[in-house]
Amino acid sequence: MLENQQKLIHTFGALADLGQEVAHKQNFQEMIRTSLHLVLGSLAIMRGGVARYSRFGHELNMLVMRGLGDNFPLSLSLCYEDERQFLANGLAPIEVKHAQVLPFVQIYDRSFESKKIELVIPLIIRDELVGVIFLGEKATGEPFTGYDKDIICAMARHIGVGIAQRNLMAELERRAEENRHLYEDLRTTYKDTVKAFAAAIDCKDKYTEGHSERVGKYTEIIAGELGWDNDHVEGAAIAGYLHDVGKLVVDRNIINSPTRITASENAQLSKHPTVGYEILLPIHHPYADVPLAAKYHHERLDGRGYPDGLHDREIPFIAKIVNLADSFDAMTTDRPYKRRRKSEEVIEDMHRNSGKQFAPELVTAFCRAMLKELTNERKEKRFRKILGKDYLEADKIVPLLKNVLNARNATSPLTFVAAE
Amino acid sequence: MSPEIHIPVRIEGETATIFAGDYINKLSGERIERECQRQINAGCKTLIVNFSETELVNSIGVSILLGVIDVAANAGAKIVFSDINENTIELFDTLGLTNHVEVLPN
Repeated sequence: MLENQQKLIHTFGALADLGQEVAHKQNFQEMIRTSLHLVLGSLAIMRGGVARYSRFGHELNMLVMRGLGDNFPLSLSLCYEDERQFLANGLAPIEVKHAQVLPFVQIYDRSFESKKIELVIPLIIRDELVGVIFLGEKATGEPFTGYDKDIICAMARHIGVGIAQRNLMAELERRAEENRHLYEDLRTTYKDTVKAFAAAIDCKDKYTEGHSERVGKYTEIIAGELGWDNDHVEGAAIAGYLHDVGKLVVDRNIINSPTRITASENAQLSKHPTVGYEILLPIHHPYADVPLAAKYHHERLDGRGYPDGLHDREIPFIAKIVNLADSFDAMTTDRPYKRRRKSEEVIEDMHRNSGKQFAPELVTAFCRAMLKELTNERKEKRFRKILGKDYLEADKIVPLLKNVLNARNATSPLTFVAAE
Repeated sequence: MSPEIHIPVRIEGETATIFAGDYINKLSGERIERECQRQINAGCKTLIVNFSETELVNSIGVSILLGVIDVAANAGAKIVFSDINENTIELFDTLGLTNHVEVLPN
């Protein structure tokens, strides 16, 4: 009686430990190793192993073995009939000596016999074979009793659930990875489409070829300098690329007119922000502000812009960025009616119009990005690639940029507080 | 990180005595198993596992001791359990471990 009681305590202790092991262990291999120890130790079984079933390879791959030696197969092939029989049997021990009908037992009979494998337990979880436990003889040399088999079943279920969970996690990870790839492909397609659109827009205007692409790049530089995260920087760039999409419906002769355009032509041209907005609005962009950038990129802080004459805070921030990038490109490229301006003039213009046309914090960010490139604080030469290597002359521009930045700092609220 | 468990060993000729700790679980059991393997590899012919300090052996401990018995048997070494307390010897008897080892009385 006392003997039975002690055996019961020992076995239930093992069951409790196994439950904890499966529920809490992060390391799958370690969980399986400990689980096998618990199964073997609970009934003092001399040797055994746990294998995981691969549905694709139709094979059992040994995860952990104890006492099975080096000659026991690490991978055991199963045929359809084995799988069918296992599923029909369910999660219950099969005595090897009564299972000669299984093709798998016939194939591996010699290995099982040499290692005295007595029980094979298919791990069936939710009608699916996830693995198999192999168990050798008991240390007592006695056959397995019904009680032993019940204990083994209970423990095998825990191990089976552990393997099924692991399989599920692996499947989820695989699908998440697949989704990541699909998403990346979609992003690339989206970006390529945007660039193609930008090229189509720019085709209408022989003088401003590449304008949308450059505005996209300047917008990207400003957003990056503002410390935005990668996704938002990309969104800003897209807004830059598409800001002039409304020009697709403007007469090519108006866009390319070498002389001052008439009032009615100007009225048509001025519609392009609103038209662009209407084109972009129905498209489901990953970045919500893209249509707003198109609509408001000609607004000015002082309210003298178009189409709505908005003032400072009424203008979406992304539109302010695109406005600066757009104006910078207009000043630094040749137009039908005038040559591009010198870089010093452009910077002075931005500074002078800061707070009137341009948002001051954006002028600061843009100048700072340019200064970083010219002083080699930033290795990538983005401005130089766009503007050509001779356009920005460091010896002239660097002092100018520093003056602009100092002037901007002097008018910041923080400086006023410090001065007081 | 798990604390390092020291397993005292006494070697006399071809006999090594390994002193198990107060609780044989996974951590201490694996140390005992490694030590036994080391002694067998060093040519030890008799391995004595001394349980004088041992209060409790859990299922993992039993599994590990079965592994030690298996390793010793494969190497042709004799394995002896000594100084086992009453509860532990009952457990070893019930589970059949004592069928495979010589047990020295306390």
